[in-house]
Amino acid sequence: MKRLRLFLGTELPVLAILAFGLGPWLWMMLTSVRPTLELTHSPISIIPGSFTLVHYITLLRRTSFLYNLRDSLVVASGAVVLGLLLSLPAAYAFSRFRFPGRHVLRIQFLVVNMFPVVLLVLPLFILMRQLGLLDTYYALIMGHATFTLPFAIWLMTGYMDGLPTELDESAMVDGATRLQLLRLVILPLAAPGVVAVGLYLFIASWNEYLFALMLAGRHVRTVTVALQMFIGENTINWGLLTAGGTLVALPVVFLFLFAQKRLVSGLTGGAVKG
Amino acid sequence: MKRAALTPWLFLAPALIATCLLVLGPVLETLWLSLHDVVLFRPQVRPFVGLANYVTALHDHTFWDGLGRSFVWVGAAVGLQFALGLTAALLLNRQFWWRPVARALVVIPWALPSVIIGLVWTWMLDFNLGIINQVGVDLGLLSGPVPWLAQPSTAMAAVILAITWQGFPFFCVTLLAGLQAIPREHYEAAAIDGAGAVRSFRYVTLPGLMPVMSTALLLRMIWVANSLDLLLVMTGGGPGTSTETLPLYAFLTAWSGANYGYGSALAVLLTLLLLAVVIFYAVRSGK
Repeated sequence: MKRLRLFLGTELPVLAILAFGLGPWLWMMLTSVRPTLELTHSPISIIPGSFTLVHYITLLRRTSFLYNLRDSLVVASGAVVLGLLLSLPAAYAFSRFRFPGRHVLRIQFLVVNMFPVVLLVLPLFILMRQLGLLDTYYALIMGHATFTLPFAIWLMTGYMDGLPTELDESAMVDGATRLQLLRLVILPLAAPGVVAVGLYLFIASWNEYLFALMLAGRHVRTVTVALQMFIGENTINWGLLTAGGTLVALPVVFLFLFAQKRLVSGLTGGAVKG
Repeated sequence: MKRAALTPWLFLAPALIATCLLVLGPVLETLWLSLHDVVLFRPQVRPFVGLANYVTALHDHTFWDGLGRSFVWVGAAVGLQFALGLTAALLLNRQFWWRPVARALVVIPWALPSVIIGLVWTWMLDFNLGIINQVGVDLGLLSGPVPWLAQPSTAMAAVILAITWQGFPFFCVTLLAGLQAIPREHYEAAAIDGAGAVRSFRYVTLPGLMPVMSTALLLRMIWVANSLDLLLVMTGGGPGTSTETLPLYAFLTAWSGANYGYGSALAVLLTLLLLAVVIFYAVRSGK
């Protein structure tokens, strides 16, 4: 009886929510392995009649998708490196120093987070054109690293606040400079936090669409822009599209499941402590 | 002593320079553009027009319609995400043996790129081959296939469904973390005082969740109000202008319309509205 109540009151609703949450994702993957014939005739059977990898093969052989994957990978990796180089020292300053303007600056970084992308993307386009960086990796890496910066600093400061300051003091007594301290003491201890922030930067950059469309798109074309362009073609090839979607989604899903706990505790840390 | 005061600023310098160059600079540039008549095809001539672009906006029906649609978009999307996310969080806070798996899997929609979410839902909502029409007709819920994204009366609801799917895990994980931070003893004390499920939810759960809840709502509201990706991918603002929210109108004006000046003014107006919301929130939570 108790078991039945648990099932009806908790497990069944959770199953329903999971069906809603995972259904569209699973449906995309199921679509990507159907033969073309099944995708052009209504009604579509829920379970594929036969299984094929033809869409994946076409996608990787006949289209530029491999290059798009490479571009996305380069941009996202660059955004991770640049984002960490910018956010680590800033977080260290926020965590270890008390200086006039500290509070205002921390809030400033959050306000920056609020600016609509439409507000930024147009002047950034003009700026990148003046610098001759339009349609290069640099433009996208810089764009992605800055719009993710506020949250990266926020997360990173949270981790560093959790490290005892006695270590800093003893290292300083031993004659280490601040930079050595950051590199040799803080960085190894904050490694889990660095990994989490890095994963956040990677996912945010990999998933980003509007900057990738506006600041690049021809020579440097990330997967999100490429997939969107497939839609724009006259007849939508759903097999190709869902195969592309499945490939693009896989790494982020895995990375996200991996980083989830740390990202969530970083996200809610400030608010929970109140 | 002077050196020591300078140290934190040296550490902050890279982030500050990047922010000034790539965020504050562009924001100021947008402000400047919004006071000029700038169109793409004559970039050299950009006369100063003062607040004319803003005056135009106030008399522009499309601006007011876009603002109205933005309210519907934010209200419905955030409301539904929150309702579903809170339900999921409360359920996932209970004990059952496969809870860790459910908690991990529920975040998946949140991790996916907007473009893919737009793709998947466009595919599922397709008139001829979409699974939603097919299942709806089979179950007798729909009298015939519905062109969800191609008719003004359903397009907005269809995109809101997609963004609800994308965003509810955000509320679920943040609220779940908030629930776990409420001490067990508070529930026990409530039970000893004879509080039932409803009353302990009202007097223990809700107050305990309040800080996380309001922060999460604010963050999500800003994010949804600014988001363009799903709308661009699924409808591009159409059919007609039925899904053209304010940021999308600003984007299309600046980009497709090649009217930088007016598009910038619209973007600034959107920012001011959001700032008002944030200040309202800061003042209220400061009390």
